[in-house]
Amino acid sequence: MEYFVQQLINGLTLGSIYGLIAIGYTMVYGIIGMINFAHGDIFMIGSFIALTVFLILTSVLGFTFLPLVLLLALVVAMLFTSAWGWTVERLAYRPLRGSFRLAPLITAIGMSIVLQNFVQVTQGARVKPLPPQIQGGITLMEGSTANGAIVVQLSYMQIIIIVTTVVLMTAFTLLITRTSLGRAQRACEQDRKMAALLGVNVDRTISLTFVMGAALAAVAGMMFLLLYGVIDFYIGFLAGVKAFTAAVLGGIGSLPGAMLGGLLIGLIEVFWSGYFSVEYKDVAAFSILAIVLIFLPSGLLGKPEVEKV
Amino acid sequence: MSVAAMDKNGNGNTFAASLKDAAMAAFLAAVLGFFFLALRTDIVPGGLAITTRWGLWFTAIAIVFGVRLLLNLFVFKTDRPVTGMLSGAGAGLGARVPGLGKWLGRALFLFALVLPFFFTSFFPGQQRQFIDLAILIMTYIMLGWGLNIVVGLAGLLDLGYVAFYAVGAYSFALLSTHFEFIGFWSALPLAGLLAAFWGVILGFPVLRLRGDYLAIVTLAFGEIIRVVLLNWYDFTGGPNGISGIPKPTFFGLEFTRGEGGFADFFGLEFSTIHRFIYLYYIIFILAIITNIVTMRLRRLPIGRAWEALREDEIACRSLGINTTNTKLTAFAIGAMFGGFAGSFFATRQGFISPESFSFLESAIILAIVVLGGLGSQIGVVIASVVMIGGIELLRNIGFLGQIFGDGFDPTQYRMLIFGLAMVLIMVWKPRGIVSTREPSVALKKKNKIGSDMVAQGEGH
Repeated sequence: MEYFVQQLINGLTLGSIYGLIAIGYTMVYGIIGMINFAHGDIFMIGSFIALTVFLILTSVLGFTFLPLVLLLALVVAMLFTSAWGWTVERLAYRPLRGSFRLAPLITAIGMSIVLQNFVQVTQGARVKPLPPQIQGGITLMEGSTANGAIVVQLSYMQIIIIVTTVVLMTAFTLLITRTSLGRAQRACEQDRKMAALLGVNVDRTISLTFVMGAALAAVAGMMFLLLYGVIDFYIGFLAGVKAFTAAVLGGIGSLPGAMLGGLLIGLIEVFWSGYFSVEYKDVAAFSILAIVLIFLPSGLLGKPEVEKV
Repeated sequence: MSVAAMDKNGNGNTFAASLKDAAMAAFLAAVLGFFFLALRTDIVPGGLAITTRWGLWFTAIAIVFGVRLLLNLFVFKTDRPVTGMLSGAGAGLGARVPGLGKWLGRALFLFALVLPFFFTSFFPGQQRQFIDLAILIMTYIMLGWGLNIVVGLAGLLDLGYVAFYAVGAYSFALLSTHFEFIGFWSALPLAGLLAAFWGVILGFPVLRLRGDYLAIVTLAFGEIIRVVLLNWYDFTGGPNGISGIPKPTFFGLEFTRGEGGFADFFGLEFSTIHRFIYLYYIIFILAIITNIVTMRLRRLPIGRAWEALREDEIACRSLGINTTNTKLTAFAIGAMFGGFAGSFFATRQGFISPESFSFLESAIILAIVVLGGLGSQIGVVIASVVMIGGIELLRNIGFLGQIFGDGFDPTQYRMLIFGLAMVLIMVWKPRGIVSTREPSVALKKKNKIGSDMVAQGEGH
């Protein structure tokens, strides 16, 4: 029981990170119908920027107040990663708008290769370790098993990740449902041509979608850095594929779906590692994706696609 | 934003506008590059340390400014862009010279036929290197043609093609290392069959999916196969892979020195290059078989059904085409050729490990097919030569080291340049390098059709 609760907490934490990345996929897919393959690498870029800012603040400028450092690192990472997201869209996707479906997918894969190798060349291929910054936690339960005592701990890091995710999700939902930008976005999602006719600046809306997705990916990147304490140029691929899996699982195009899918993928992965085998956790996540798509092609919360002749 | 302003404001103010735009681009480059070019984190004893590289950062900003300014002045913001001539010539070439594709194909075929002897007689010093490169390019051509059946003809977007390549390679490696009597030639059809079998197994559940969903599930399957290969120690050797895979023999003759070898039998002087020439001809013949089979299949009812399926699935179904079988045959035949190429890869390398079958490999093969022009056979050849050959040539460029100093290693930029080339070619020619199609069936006269008339990879 204690083991189960502990795994549940870990799964929710990991799932929050996947959910934040998945939002970027689902928004872009909803608005222009393409898989933004480079999004996982934007997440990686975000974690690298967060790491560098963190190091500048602590070792160069000598800041010691940790919450301020983390907040500053988060804000700077979000800003600079947004610039990356905007540039990727501008260079690789916008020239191909209105072209056939495969073209932006190929440039997206190309961009993913470019970003990975750019970071590898400029920052080196070796992993970057960061010692754990936030330690300690709250003990929820204590019990004993055959193998000794087991303690269910909710670490402060996990609290921060889950609370940040909830706050960001609330803010984001408000942004989409209450602001004019959100309205423009939803209009573009439904019918881009009609939205343009009614005076919505479609290009700007799409750009802003990429910017928002990148900012959320930067948050996820920083959390990943703090949670695992080690990053390299290749983390974006697997995280990206899993987040996309999450987006599809939840029903692509649906924001609550992305979050739900992210949590489910996180839970599946953690429970599979905890109860079956660590090696095959990716197989479990991908198999779930295949099974869900075969039996429920529009995902858990997605709208079924209507086929018109 | 003004960087986005690509519109032509050709009222005398172009220079100022170009300058402003270039400044914006330079500013963007400064923002993007700050954390990656100007600063670098490195592991030092006791944690991470930051080093600064302002020179690199400023150089990068200056380069972006200069390139953007030149592009603005001569391409984006002028009434007569210099590239206009270029792209006009490229687009019109196929139309103006009738049968160009056919003649180019024949010329390339003849060149490929004599290629090993061309290199042995003209570049005796580097023959091994060139023939090795030719083998590599030929492997990608074959993979590209195999994937072209699935993506180009049947319109099913497959991001996990490398799975079948892996199945072929591992089938041959395992069969030949476990059973003495199985050599390359007896394992080849088995590997192809096993790959086709896996094509059906993986294809069957995903047939209901469309477009991007299909793409992501095939990607997932590719990853699953890789993870299984990586973790199933007892069977596949895990990350250590399988080594000691036998080399192919020429009707039982091995390419070894001394008694009973290939050179001895034919009375030739022994040379290691013989084996490379032989390997080249194996992959050449396999690739040509792939091409011929594809071209023939296109004219058969099944091939027409593939293309019809790509254009409109609903119409297909209402005409009584069994879409399930049609899709499965495309998957299986594409997978079979992937399996053949995989066996060849295993025998050429003599060693395989899951590392060779990552998603990147699938992406490269798909990029070759799409960049060449989906469904175009000659396009795959051109794209393979340009992408794979161009990238491999980077290894051999010595003069760059003299420009950038001795520590400069061009090979680490290979994939960076590969990715950039993918993006640039796609933006320049979204329909691929060869953007006209030969219709499969025609009444009396074959007119070229523009590829924008063809549904491509929509994955119905």
